[in-house]
Amino acid sequence: MAKLSRAEVEHVAELAKLGLTDEEKDRFSEQLSAILEYAEILQRLDTAAIPPTAQVIDLRNVMRPDEVIPSLLLEEALANAPAKMEGYFKVKPILE
Amino acid sequence: MRTADLTVHEARALLSRGKISSTELTEALIQQIESLDGQLKAYLAFTPEIARRRAQEADRRLAQGDQAPLLGVPLAVKDVLCTTDLPTTCGSKILQGFMSPYNATAVEKLYAAGAVVLGKTNCDEFAMGSSTENSAYFTTHNPWDLTRVPGGSSGGSAAAVAAGEALAALGTDTGGSVRQPASFCGIVGLKPTYGRVSRYGLIAFASSLDQVGCLTKDVRDTAIVLGVIAGYDAKDSTSVNIPVADYEQALKSDIQGLRIGVPREYFTEGMQPGVAEAAKEAIRVLEGLGASIEEVSLPHTEYALPTYYLIAPAEASANLARYDGVKYGFSFPNAEDMWDSYRRTRQHGFGPEVKRRIMLGTYALSAGYYDAYYLKAQKARTLIKGDFDQAFARCDVLVGPTSPTVAFKIGEKVDDPLQMYLSDIFTLSLNLAGLCGISVPCGFVEGMPVGLQIFGRAFDEGVILRVAYAYEQATDWHKKRPPIEPLWIGKS
Repeated sequence: MAKLSRAEVEHVAELAKLGLTDEEKDRFSEQLSAILEYAEILQRLDTAAIPPTAQVIDLRNVMRPDEVIPSLLLEEALANAPAKMEGYFKVKPILE
Repeated sequence: MRTADLTVHEARALLSRGKISSTELTEALIQQIESLDGQLKAYLAFTPEIARRRAQEADRRLAQGDQAPLLGVPLAVKDVLCTTDLPTTCGSKILQGFMSPYNATAVEKLYAAGAVVLGKTNCDEFAMGSSTENSAYFTTHNPWDLTRVPGGSSGGSAAAVAAGEALAALGTDTGGSVRQPASFCGIVGLKPTYGRVSRYGLIAFASSLDQVGCLTKDVRDTAIVLGVIAGYDAKDSTSVNIPVADYEQALKSDIQGLRIGVPREYFTEGMQPGVAEAAKEAIRVLEGLGASIEEVSLPHTEYALPTYYLIAPAEASANLARYDGVKYGFSFPNAEDMWDSYRRTRQHGFGPEVKRRIMLGTYALSAGYYDAYYLKAQKARTLIKGDFDQAFARCDVLVGPTSPTVAFKIGEKVDDPLQMYLSDIFTLSLNLAGLCGISVPCGFVEGMPVGLQIFGRAFDEGVILRVAYAYEQATDWHKKRPPIEPLWIGKS
């Protein structure tokens, strides 16, 4: 169950939008399978009645008043952009 | 004594009394870096001109009687913390040249306290690693033995402090990345309680585990730096609104009657010979100082590693989704369409360990596997935290070794990710439970430093600092300096 097939590696890589070479796909298939195999040890734990811990401090719904406060300036936000145009980030076409 | 060997508190005393200027102090550190960093490679961005300007500014403030706690003190900052006037790369090619539009809160606090930042230190890429070998730029070397790693991921900060290339440094700790390098480099490393120090401007790896910490030559310095960076920050919604204690006040050598728990699971088979003995000797010293020692059990310790290596990568896979070549950083030129651009940018911008963890995390969160992996790990996390809650009902602090081995050789573990992960088995649980911990030097094995780890309850930094201080003052380890010498003496 833990062994990650090449097809699964490709599926996960696509979810993460991570391009991989064939060599990487093979190597990750092996390495990740080993790690997941090791993680199987968690299945020994009876956690049916145990709640998950998402975060250790008991903070909930941390809000601030709905007031407009200064934020990043447009120029600051665009300052590191690899490609920009007229105050926008420029990207490659999304649609055909 | 060489200027670079001064502690922060010694430097502050000299600066306040006018015995040395910040300019002189900073110049001495600049010379130290210029003469050593070719061998050590602790710095990714070394900015002497900016440091000199800040030193001059500090001297002006000193002349006016300003007593800010780090005024005039030259420090370094791990390159995962955002700075506006130095680049922030996270040790990755995907952020090469990135100039952050804002400073991390922890950095702002250093500046407000008058610190002179010398530069950004090397780290494993996106803080993912235990040796600093995963930096996309170069590996940092351990000043005690240049053929060995300084630990990771805050290896650059640890090496810099140990070798006198900074009087103190900020690091970050997600699974042990401040404590383990402190242990490998023979210095003090503290991970505060989760929520004690703002994560605003700390480039996120695993949001429920990350904390900014500090690396120093002694415990008093830790108390000073922690006092500066700790505190509630409205810009970090995981920041906790609890007043910051006066940590220097907590430094007493008296630990009479303190209850120290020693978890039996932290003295396992497979530890390097000598490491367990050094930790046990340290525990005897603590007992001699009047603390009561009791063996305890943290029965879910063996589940910490797989728990961490499901939760941290899962959170990382979400946090690193933003590196897509659109807003900042490396962008693959000549992609066919946007998705191709994303795939290729990330393929060429990320190193192998980062890719491994993104893959692992994405898988653990994906449909069909979420319950068996991520959710299961979050439940195991509850059990791990429960172990600590039970132990802390009977003990004030817990102690054990920081790492099962001393610093290993460069290249020894790079090809075996699981072997590399094992060097953090004694540090990971603390991040999962969100508690505070400190590593102090407690001996040597084969000439390499060994660290003793002291864990405390949430927001009990004052207690662990007191135990660390008592131990330190009863021993000499904190006075040892690595034998690294410059290959050439300064500039003529």
